[in-house]
Amino acid sequence: MIEHEYDALIVGAGGAGLFAALEASKAKDLKVAVLSKLYPVRSHTGAAQGGISAALGNVEEDHWEWHMFDTVKGGDYLVDQDAAEILAREAIETIYDLEHYGLPFDRTPDGRISQRRFGGHTHNYGKGPVRRACHAADRTGHMILQTLYQQCLKNDVHFFNEFQVVDLLIADGACYGVVAWEILTGELHLFRSKATMFATGGWGKIWKVSSNAHTLTGDGAAVCWRRGIPMEDMEFYQFHPTGIYRLGILLSEAARGEGAILRNHSGERFMERYSPTLMDLAPRDIISRAIITEIREGRGVDGKDYVHLDFRALPREVLEEKLPEITSFARTYLGVDPAKDLTPIQPTAHYAMGGIPTDIAGRVIWDEQNTPVKGFYSAGECACVSVHGANRLGTNSLVDILVFGRRAGRDMVRFVREEAAKGKITASPDRTAAETFQKLLAANGKERVARIREDLQVAMMDDCGIFRSDEGLRRVLGVIGELYQRFEKIGIEDRGRTFNQDVLESWELGCMLDCADATVRSALNRQESRGGHTREDFPNRDDATWMKHTLLFRNGADYKFTYKPVTITKFQPQERKY
Amino acid sequence: MPTAKIRVKRFNPEKDRKPYWADYEVPYEPFDRVLDALHYIKWNVDGTLAVRRSCAHGICGSDALLINGVNRLACKILVKDIGTTISVEPLRGLPVIKDLVVNMEPFFDKYKQVKPWLINDDPTPEKERPQSPEQRELFDDGTKCILCAACTTSCPVYWTTGEYIGPAAIVNAHRFIFDSRDQGGQERLAILAEKSGAFRCRTVFNCTDACPQGIEVTKRVQEVKRAITVGGI
Ligand SMILES: Cc1cc2nc3c(=O)[nH]c(=O)nc-3n(C[C@H](O)[C@H](O)[C@H](O)COP(=O)(O)OP(=O)(O)OC[C@H]3O[C@@H](n4cnc5c(N)ncnc54)[C@H](O)[C@@H]3O)c2cc1C
Ligand code: FES
Repeated sequence: MIEHEYDALIVGAGGAGLFAALEASKAKDLKVAVLSKLYPVRSHTGAAQGGISAALGNVEEDHWEWHMFDTVKGGDYLVDQDAAEILAREAIETIYDLEHYGLPFDRTPDGRISQRRFGGHTHNYGKGPVRRACHAADRTGHMILQTLYQQCLKNDVHFFNEFQVVDLLIADGACYGVVAWEILTGELHLFRSKATMFATGGWGKIWKVSSNAHTLTGDGAAVCWRRGIPMEDMEFYQFHPTGIYRLGILLSEAARGEGAILRNHSGERFMERYSPTLMDLAPRDIISRAIITEIREGRGVDGKDYVHLDFRALPREVLEEKLPEITSFARTYLGVDPAKDLTPIQPTAHYAMGGIPTDIAGRVIWDEQNTPVKGFYSAGECACVSVHGANRLGTNSLVDILVFGRRAGRDMVRFVREEAAKGKITASPDRTAAETFQKLLAANGKERVARIREDLQVAMMDDCGIFRSDEGLRRVLGVIGELYQRFEKIGIEDRGRTFNQDVLESWELGCMLDCADATVRSALNRQESRGGHTREDFPNRDDATWMKHTLLFRNGADYKFTYKPVTITKFQPQERKY
Repeated sequence: MPTAKIRVKRFNPEKDRKPYWADYEVPYEPFDRVLDALHYIKWNVDGTLAVRRSCAHGICGSDALLINGVNRLACKILVKDIGTTISVEPLRGLPVIKDLVVNMEPFFDKYKQVKPWLINDDPTPEKERPQSPEQRELFDDGTKCILCAACTTSCPVYWTTGEYIGPAAIVNAHRFIFDSRDQGGQERLAILAEKSGAFRCRTVFNCTDACPQGIEVTKRVQEVKRAITVGGI
């Protein structure tokens, strides 16, 4: 293996990884590098559309306490409130920092950052919608990704692009680096480092209809799980209400923030029945359930599994100037003109609330006592801190990846200076990664990776989607068991070294199976309905038993659940109504 | 299901001396993208096919390819819209690594040459730096760039002399030069006034046609040329 040594190593170059890198790169005496399986600007942060929230109060009165409350309530009270307070407070300085870094926000007539409405964000603790989401047309994530990449170039951050991290170096409760596969050459590299961070994004590709990129296969979470780190709250996965029918491509909530409306087969604005106050701007879990309920009760359009998003009342300038990307998606992929035609949509797998457990400094933890894995950090969608609890509000992920990405970057610097042992790191990896890839390169079974992946995606969609039950979850768990066995018998066609995507897609499928396994087991275990986790057989929230975070450990074929209390500071749990 | 003939230019550096065409019959649904057709080949016919992709909806810039002779994102064009025989080749002007994958390093190197980051040494204010919607509008076009390289690799000047910095880098320089908050305009104009810079452009307009984001690339290059000529913006 080719060997490298760094002080701080960041895996992932989306918003979370880049902001951490930017922060760490300010410590000029430290050697910092970013590893990413994609070129940084290809990361899925660039797909984020609608906005990033902060209580700037630029267009109407707003306070970080209101933002914090909305976050806690939106997460159905499973949110750790110390983390939510940090999110809501630090969002404000983060937005100004982004602006100073050059981010081209849209502006108000008097030259300040413009803000729009978004689902679940309210004034006065739930009284009505508030304009809190800062935006750059419907390309907010793109602008964040570009701006942070630009600043990293300016600060000379060292990038290893198209390096796929496939294993972690863990010994004696601490992390000493990673093993990575160089995509160009098919060689394994060993990166030793004093502090390591995972910012590897989500795993939305384990569902058939998804807003996520092909590359969002849960690598980081799976690698951690295999090395003994538990997965937190994996049962909470968000379906966004408005994906393009069949393709899953997202039509941002900004559409409804600007005035678009959901309608069923008879043209009825059905959200009036489900959420009298916020209607089409209710949180996502509520709207997604409403859409599926409409479809199940026969009110889908043409008796099919979709409803309509109606943009027709929006002036053409709003479509062209504030929602240009989604207008173009509707034209390109559906051939409809949203100004004149109704747009067919269905809920789409979107966002992982759970993941690698961390504390508020971004340190990964081993257990329910919050024991840190020394020198190991995580932030962004792959991590669970937990600011989103059982359901994330729109625009809060971009805040999360930046606020906690930066905190992780900061604490890595502190750790390298104060805690890490001086001198050379001597830990060496076991043979796991080398053997895995030897085996994959030689695989000559009959099973096709693409077929197993498709079967997984369909099964997850059918039985571990928006509505869940004991029966369905047991069925999909059985399917996953069979898929693991079939995965042992796959065949590979590409035996070369150069840009061997055949091998990498196979390895990624293994990660997807692990993420699905953790999700389904956690969903089966939690016998209540809360936020994005709806059990038809347990329709109510059950605070007496379930006001706690799930930690799921796996050791070979053994699984173990433990629980972590929810941190409650300012807001006592209440019934969640909108 | 109807089928299309997809002709792919293949090359495996470990086996082939030079690129060759391979033909595949691919069934497609009305909503299938060219990228879906390439996936069909990869996943059902030949797992060795290499193509970069991620988002699959025209946002990440991974899959700019030469499709039926013009640069397009494979994920932003539907099979049904471009006929039943479709040729797919790697971008021109960048070294091929394998099949449809090219070496992007020369492209990103040129991007970095224009100092694509906000330059402003004033102390930062407590809140945002003010900017009017009109000032913001002036550089809006360039902010849409996804660095897919479709424009630069469609430019005949770039094909003949790899020295040319190329439209993508110029558009990204434009994005800062015309940003009221930026103070590095003169520096960048000086870089673009060099021999490899903006005056290499012969206004062929291929870049504007190729841009999947609808950026008026040639127009922005012209604006940069004018700024150089008049000695500033
Ligand atoms: C279509 C869409 C629209 C959205 N809109 C909004 C919005 O308006 N507001 C909002 O707040 N949120 C939004 N979200 C959610 C938000 O964009 C994401 O949750 C967030 O961007 C994730 O950022 P990240 O940095 O954690 O990961 P990503 O940006 O996904 O980056 C992951 C990084 O990890 C790297 N990586 C992964 N695996 C490996 C590996 N094995 N080895 C090396 N590198 C690896 C990748 O190369 C990539 O650089 C949206 C999401 C989608 C899908
Ligand atoms: S795959 Fe992202 S632009 Fe085509």
